[in-house]
Amino acid sequence: MTAMLNVKDLRAYYGQVQALHGLSFALNEGSLTTLLGANGAGKTTTLRAICNMVRSTGAIEFEGKSLSGKSTENVVRLGIAHVPQGRGTFTTMTVEENLQLGAISRSDSKNIVSDIERMYAHFPVLKERHTQQAGTLSGGEQQMLAVARALMLRPRLMLLDEPSFGLAPLIVRDLFKILGKINREDKVTILVVEQNAQLALELADQAYVIETGRIVMSGDAKDIATNEDVRKSYLGY
Amino acid sequence: MELFTNQVLAGIATGAIYACMALAVVMIYQAIDHLNFAQGEMAMFSTFISWQLMQWGIPYWWAFLATLIISFVGGIAIERLLFKPLAKAPVLTNVAGFIALFAIVNSVAGLIWDFTIKQYPTPFGSSPFLGSQLISTHQAGMIGVTVLLLILLFLFFQYTRIGLAMRAAASLPESARLVGINTSWMIALGWGMASAIGAIAGILIAPVVFLEPNMMGGVLIYGFAAAVLGGLSSPLGAVVGGFLVGVFENLAGTYIPGVGNELKLPIALALIITVLVVKPAGLLGRPIVKRV
Repeated sequence: MTAMLNVKDLRAYYGQVQALHGLSFALNEGSLTTLLGANGAGKTTTLRAICNMVRSTGAIEFEGKSLSGKSTENVVRLGIAHVPQGRGTFTTMTVEENLQLGAISRSDSKNIVSDIERMYAHFPVLKERHTQQAGTLSGGEQQMLAVARALMLRPRLMLLDEPSFGLAPLIVRDLFKILGKINREDKVTILVVEQNAQLALELADQAYVIETGRIVMSGDAKDIATNEDVRKSYLGY
Repeated sequence: MELFTNQVLAGIATGAIYACMALAVVMIYQAIDHLNFAQGEMAMFSTFISWQLMQWGIPYWWAFLATLIISFVGGIAIERLLFKPLAKAPVLTNVAGFIALFAIVNSVAGLIWDFTIKQYPTPFGSSPFLGSQLISTHQAGMIGVTVLLLILLFLFFQYTRIGLAMRAAASLPESARLVGINTSWMIALGWGMASAIGAIAGILIAPVVFLEPNMMGGVLIYGFAAAVLGGLSSPLGAVVGGFLVGVFENLAGTYIPGVGNELKLPIALALIITVLVVKPAGLLGRPIVKRV
């Protein structure tokens, strides 16, 4: 089975500082993969490098096409939705405008209305608040909106950067349940970066552990979750 | 009382022009976080283009339309050639770029059309509007065209996808790129629109201030005052600021002893400074909050 996303020898730099030191990994189509690691390990940088938001070298292939040299917006237009850290909500716009923006690069404008309705079915709270300014939503609601906005692209691959950040545990559980559903029902391949390793391993089927810019462990999420050594050394629980 | 009404209405008419200039300034400020000092000169150049087209025998409204299109394309060209390469340069480099643009446009206009003052026609005539001595038909025309423009801009930004994309690119460029918006072209589009709006302002005010390469100097300062008063982050504020400044300018000139016509310009500058000291975000702008 060929991988949907293939990353080889990825190195990324912030100015003179090298943040990734030759990272390689692959995502299978339809999989739900988590990228784990401590603060500063390079998780966010990996996602940013895929979308060309940071200077990097190495090969990144998405469905057989090389992403190197492509601008962020053109990477997105290939069907890669990125929910950034901090959610990237357009706070001064309404909830509905945020959803419309998610679909702004699509040319099939007649399906957008029904897709917005589909998002409201996934996230009923967004329907209640669809005319509200997005900045007035709670943190959990904004994270739902960020996921919904990303889905409006009808992505083939969705990258999520610490979706649990700053949310109450119950809300995180809800959110992860929805992510699992999206992965199964909408056939969206998902790569989720998390610090909440326990929860992410429950959700995912594949896992990579990253430390100071290198992959140090990979395998089935179940195996990694049950491996005492890995848990103690890298995941800290 | 009639003097007062007269001055207020005349103020609204010139205020309409300030509103246009302020709006043009705010559009570019929103896109690239810099004040376009050359906005007035660009408007002046556009006005000269329309004048030249009319000299060649093209009727007023066709010349008007053609000038808008030329200005739109010209604004995009200026952004692509001069300011896109400066996008990551320090503030002062950009300021130097704007001053250079100012000087170049001003001199080229002088070179092509020389510095003598020219008459500029108005399609509205200058008879009393609806038989009233309070306001002339040209002044009414200035207000009418501006209001129409504002309505069209509002509809564009509120109800079209491209307008939504432009707003997104201006408010959060990184998020905008992450939904697939080409923010670089949105900036260029903003320049094109600002340039065309400036052209409308220039064409409408030219019959009043007459056509010459320095015609927009004072107008742009009022435009800046309007933008600062309304808030540089708020297009609506810029428009409101424009009308307020226009009325304020006229009333101050009429009622404050010793101000007269000569001191009107320093009043605009005093207004800028006062607003920056008392309410830096302007009437409708959002205060800039930096997280630390």
